[in-house]
Amino acid sequence: MTRIGITVDGVRTEDDVEPRLLLVHYLRERLGRVGTPIGCDTSNCGACTVLMDGVSVKSCAVLTVQADGSEITTIQGLAAGGEWHPVQQAFHEEHGLQCGYCTPGMVLAAVDLLANNPDPSEQEIREGLEGNLCRCTGYQNIVKAVQSAARQMQEAGQ
Amino acid sequence: MIPAGFDYVRPSSVEDAVAALAGGGEDAKVLGGGQSFLPLLRLRMAYPSLLVDVGRIAEMRGIRDDGDALVIGAMTTHHQVLTDALVGEHTGLLAAATATVADPAVRHRGTFGGSLAHADPAGDLPAVALAYGVQLVVAGPGGRRTIDTADFFVDYLQSSMAPDEVLVEVRVPKLGAGWGFHYEKFQRTAQAWALVGVAALVKRSNGTIEEARVGLTNMGSTPVRAAATEAALAGANATAEAVAAAAAHAAEGTSPTSDLHAAADYREHLARVLTRRAVGAAAGI
Amino acid sequence: MTDTIEAGAKAVGAPLRRKEDAHLLTGQTSWTDNLQLPGMLHMAMLRSPMAHAKVTRVDGSAALARPGVVAVYTGADLGSVSIPCVWPVTPDMVAPAYPIVATDEVRYAGDVVAVVVADSNAHAVDALEAVDVEYEPLPAVVDMEAALADGSPLVHADKGTNKCYYWEFTGGDYAAAAAKAEVIVKRRFIQQRLIPTAMEPRSVVCSPMGASGEITLWSATQVPHIVRVLLALSTGIPEQQIRVIAPDVGGGFGSKLEFYREEAIAALVAGRLGRPVKWTESRSEGYVSTIHGRDQIQDIEAAALRDGTLLGIKADIKADMGAYLQIITPGTPLLGAFMYNGIYKMEGYHFGATGVFTTKTPTDAYRGAGRPEATFALERIMDELAAELGMEPLELREKNWIKHEEFPYTTIAGLEYDSGNYEAATARAKELFDYDGLRREQQERRDRNDPVQLGIGISTFTEMCGLAPSRILSALNYVAGGWEQATVRVLPTGKVEVVTGSSPHGQGHVTAWSQIAADALGVPFEDIQVIHGDTRSSPNGMDTYGSRSLAVGGIAVLRAAERVVDKARLIAAHQLECDPGDLEFTGGTFRVKGTPGAETTIQAVAFEAFTAHNLPDGVEPTLMADSTVDPDTFSYPHGTHLCAVEVDTETGATRIRNYTCVDDIGNVVNPMIVEGQVHGGLAQGIAQALFEEAVYDESGNLVTGTMVDYLVPSAADLPWFTTDRTVTPATTNPLGVKGVGEAGAIASTPAVVNAVVDALRPLGVTDVQMPCSPHRVWRAIQTANGGAA
Repeated sequence: MTRIGITVDGVRTEDDVEPRLLLVHYLRERLGRVGTPIGCDTSNCGACTVLMDGVSVKSCAVLTVQADGSEITTIQGLAAGGEWHPVQQAFHEEHGLQCGYCTPGMVLAAVDLLANNPDPSEQEIREGLEGNLCRCTGYQNIVKAVQSAARQMQEAGQ
Repeated sequence: MIPAGFDYVRPSSVEDAVAALAGGGEDAKVLGGGQSFLPLLRLRMAYPSLLVDVGRIAEMRGIRDDGDALVIGAMTTHHQVLTDALVGEHTGLLAAATATVADPAVRHRGTFGGSLAHADPAGDLPAVALAYGVQLVVAGPGGRRTIDTADFFVDYLQSSMAPDEVLVEVRVPKLGAGWGFHYEKFQRTAQAWALVGVAALVKRSNGTIEEARVGLTNMGSTPVRAAATEAALAGANATAEAVAAAAAHAAEGTSPTSDLHAAADYREHLARVLTRRAVGAAAGI
Repeated sequence: MTDTIEAGAKAVGAPLRRKEDAHLLTGQTSWTDNLQLPGMLHMAMLRSPMAHAKVTRVDGSAALARPGVVAVYTGADLGSVSIPCVWPVTPDMVAPAYPIVATDEVRYAGDVVAVVVADSNAHAVDALEAVDVEYEPLPAVVDMEAALADGSPLVHADKGTNKCYYWEFTGGDYAAAAAKAEVIVKRRFIQQRLIPTAMEPRSVVCSPMGASGEITLWSATQVPHIVRVLLALSTGIPEQQIRVIAPDVGGGFGSKLEFYREEAIAALVAGRLGRPVKWTESRSEGYVSTIHGRDQIQDIEAAALRDGTLLGIKADIKADMGAYLQIITPGTPLLGAFMYNGIYKMEGYHFGATGVFTTKTPTDAYRGAGRPEATFALERIMDELAAELGMEPLELREKNWIKHEEFPYTTIAGLEYDSGNYEAATARAKELFDYDGLRREQQERRDRNDPVQLGIGISTFTEMCGLAPSRILSALNYVAGGWEQATVRVLPTGKVEVVTGSSPHGQGHVTAWSQIAADALGVPFEDIQVIHGDTRSSPNGMDTYGSRSLAVGGIAVLRAAERVVDKARLIAAHQLECDPGDLEFTGGTFRVKGTPGAETTIQAVAFEAFTAHNLPDGVEPTLMADSTVDPDTFSYPHGTHLCAVEVDTETGATRIRNYTCVDDIGNVVNPMIVEGQVHGGLAQGIAQALFEEAVYDESGNLVTGTMVDYLVPSAADLPWFTTDRTVTPATTNPLGVKGVGEAGAIASTPAVVNAVVDALRPLGVTDVQMPCSPHRVWRAIQTANGGAA
């Protein structure tokens, strides 16, 4: 067992964990933060994407011990004070989700994308989300949602 | 899936990491960003007894200017490489190729040194390292030594590092003015590994190609240089015809595998076509 | 976050934002794998690493001694229970028992030989390695044609054959048509094996702790009602004691239209141990344990006159069943039996299907199920026929398709197409696509030998959906019906509950059903709750697959709501002291005709029905009604899909430059949801054309066993889609709807492959096998050039 301390969605916890425990399993099974789902075992699908110290990571490809001391934001912590993040709002408006299983990872990947590139082209959005697979939408409405969120975030920033 | 159990240490210095590795026996492994290694653990294709996490060793992170070379800490993430001003200015091919590695989330965790130490011939960065002729500084129980790239990649997933050595940093030479570059990656989907990739560095002066360095991805059990093409390009006219003629030799000396996605003869064909395109782009033709 | 609409405005037809989104966007989800119950145990399946072997010994004792392990079960414990096949397509179909844990033989890599139950998933997985199994290898049977040859090793030795069935259907007289033909074009097409890859892996939780012996089974399934029936039938657990819940379900595409061994195992193990158990597949485990799709060899021929008149189609297919029959494995190919004629008129039609056993993961319904295969073969051979005749492929199609004034039209396959307008959809698609402009560019590229050639692919498709009229299913030997049920309840406070037997997993039924009920009842959209996916609260249903939910389940909602209004009218008339016939009902209000001010709302009526203080004689309290709809016929969406690809003839790389489709799915309830369904279907159909393929090696191992090698496309691999609709309402249901869930997947695959072949036809290429990978395209060019094949 290894002692770790992690802040998840604003709440700091300390725990003893097996070194082999994946961050996503820690979130889901220890902390009950089940909003972050698991979609594969090869880190292809991106469903488990969270923000770690502000940048996107696949929480199935991070050991909990590697995340020691970090701040994690999951889909459950993205809405600040109950107000949806513009990306969440845009996914709703543009019908950027159907079954919703890829959505937590897709939304957080999009948040990361817009942090790096506030005004992405369609191609930049597609490439920026290439680590997140969706089987329902064909991605078009996801692209539209990210474009829409980019506009709204820029307007809000001005 | 869940990895099999293992012990874990997180040393804070290279020396401590080397000591931990030495004390951990033959199944002790170095853990970098883990982006290639963790999926192997999850699929239970690897059973390490001890993981030595070098991810927090300050000396192994970051990029510094060392005169005629950039020194990149082995644990510098792809994202840091990709967004670093020095890399953009002096080693543009590295930045361009790093941009094609995996996806943004993986690039936030995956490391430059990890990609090289993993020695996967299908990885993008080994061929780039080979084209640059980087030098790799490794630390072991007997101290540090420097390995030339040409001597680093030994076989499939195998480098010339000893199991008790840690890759500390990589010296990427600044090639100076007059060099153009291009990384041409050919893959079936954006997530897929390169069927073939071509890393081209070309020095052009006036109407001729002074020197060219061409590294090939996934054309054998290790990354390889397209030596015959390089030889044909040296001193050649900077014309499409000359580049095409030289690129026709790109597959010489390679031994690509046949697999699910491509047969060997197709890979050889791709190497010729993509080399022509990569060299052409690097030479501004 | 729920859209509202102005009073009086119609909800049906409006692109209302989905009610489903809020919890999905904030992580407040109820995926089956999220469940953690007190005392819950975890199951891990030990799966055969071999395709075919005798199992001579299974010893779990060492595993039982591992940390946290509670129990180990083998075939000796659980193997007497089998997965039933509910579609015995012929009386003599070979239907081997499919034990939920293998007893003496394993027949595909992934077959279950033991179940380990432990206090954590990690402990269960760890202990798998300690189960001692001895295998005696038997020969793998991988190739369908080899499997049918004399002397082939047998998948099921006791059956004496690898043939599962032969099933035939004819219309008109194909032999006569062929005799009359001036041209007969024959082709063999390969429908590669596909892995559905719903983003949510399968998961099942079973708790034996319920009232009076009830067990509750949560499953990531499309079909909770079917699971309940089959769980009862296969295990003997009394049906009334089984409650099945499909909570949030993350996509299915047919892969969760199943009753799986892990569901039965969970129920039995939970019962034996008296504790809740959970099993969730990892992705690579799911790639061998969850059904695969397609996998057919299609021999098709088209008979025609030189002027392009199509005389007949003959299709003979071999369909890979895999090692065992899942619930509708043998019937899946037959869903295409009436579709190889598509939208075309002809005189003769023949369809024959041979089901074949191999030592591979069982196949079953995958998005479109039978109809994509039919559409592909037909639309591909129409292009080949056009090339043979030197005709423009779109003109060949137009010459032969059913004209809009000819509806209703009974096809050569005996189906009555109620409505359609192929001319309108095609004209609109051509305009949006710039068909003539792209043809010009294509010619220019050909003329200058451009290394990047342009190809244009056409798919003018139709499908039969809205599965299905129960009587037709009976005629096909399917052992269940195709009806759907809904209940509509207006609660005392005037809010509404709609209970549906449909079981959504991404389709947006909560929103769409609310729209239908809102209009029918005249209540606000946001006042409606839709209840689904729980056999206790929605006891009757046939669930969601086959583009059936709206065309069957949606009609049930409409009918139930209309019955509620009928009852409310009686109560309102009583309250307003008038004849029911004197009331008009609009926007939720009953008004006495000709008497301004004499009115009451449906909400007020609901409260009267609740208090029951003053109801007319013979009217029972509460305001609710149900309806069970069994459709008379199928519905027939259609559309014209046009695809332009650029093929790099040097590398073989294909890039979709323009994808345009105009679908006619009749009336729509929510155009936003419809467009999303089309997009998703296109992505899956394009993925079959270009990227995805489940590959087995000669020993029967799945080579594409993870997402690293099974190439599900990302956003970066797919184009922008131009979509539009024409509207020819269905005449066979009151909403005029036809269904959209499978349209994109059915239509797009041949459009893309036709485009690839069209690009290369001047080079002598006449086919490229799917997926049209760069390697295959390049090889096709080399072969056509007479170069190294």
